[in-house]
Amino acid sequence: MAKIQLNGKKISIKSNFSLFDLLKKYKLNKKKVAIEHNGIIIQKVNFKNKYLKNNDKVEIVHFIGGG
Amino acid sequence: MVKLNKDIFKVANKSLRSRLIVGTGKYTSFTETAKAVKASGAEMVTVAVRRINILDKKKPILTDFLNPKKIIYLPNTAGCFNSEDALRTLRLAREMGGWKLVKLEVLGDKKTLYPNMIETIKSTKILVKEGFKVMVYCTDDPLLAKKLEDNGASAIMPLASPIGSGLGIQNKMNISMIIKQSKVPVIVDAGIGTASDATIAMELGCDGVLINSAIANAKKPILMAEAFKNAVISGRNAYLAGRMKKNQVASPSSPLKGII
Repeated sequence: MAKIQLNGKKISIKSNFSLFDLLKKYKLNKKKVAIEHNGIIIQKVNFKNKYLKNNDKVEIVHFIGGG
Repeated sequence: MVKLNKDIFKVANKSLRSRLIVGTGKYTSFTETAKAVKASGAEMVTVAVRRINILDKKKPILTDFLNPKKIIYLPNTAGCFNSEDALRTLRLAREMGGWKLVKLEVLGDKKTLYPNMIETIKSTKILVKEGFKVMVYCTDDPLLAKKLEDNGASAIMPLASPIGSGLGIQNKMNISMIIKQSKVPVIVDAGIGTASDATIAMELGCDGVLINSAIANAKKPILMAEAFKNAVISGRNAYLAGRMKKNQVASPSSPLKGII
């Protein structure tokens, strides 16, 4: 178990949980998002080998309507 | 007419047939957004970068309604009040879709949403160095517009009036000065209220206009989108045709010879 902050909200995840697993958990398509892990932008190819640990901060963003 | 068909709008290595760029904010639904974009004939749309709502897995997403493979997405930095936030947003946008073409706006004041030009110039410099093609929202100050161009901006986007105000072009002279001096496209961005405002911008010689609120906040957004499409074409054609000289005195339209 690990506690992380995802998009400003505290959530619990299993141990050995990667960014790829996190996307799967929330049914998100990696093609349509970008991820920042502890302030660093992670390339899509590295989602599978980037594992999460306690107190990590993750931001998942996407495009929305805007002017 | 052949000549007009060849009037292609080139911006940041993209060739567009439409000189109208539309925003995708403030609509009541994505269906309405998609319909308005279609009616406008725009080939480029601005989009914002925001956190995904993780609590609502079924929430519709923009890319399902506007296919980024068919329409050019121009990610913006709306809501950013300093260089750091703007850079962070655009780097995320680039990672998301692989786009290097972006719209930079660094705001300076919450009430007027006027751009902070010091932070804007600083950000432009950094983004250009990182390989971005940067279209830049700015004040209508010709000196600062020139500074942006000197720092590698792909397009200069002066405001007509404050964002979302619908007040139209407040300083035609400044916009004209910017058009005259710029070698990169000049696109009036922000403050356009109705179709005729867009026509005026195009008649002044702007390369394009960017509209969001004037379409989204109209009573019938899809009809207004079509109105803007025609307004931009009319203004552009009038500019290319070259307006008549203004005279202080009347000049009869019918010949005086042969009056009975």
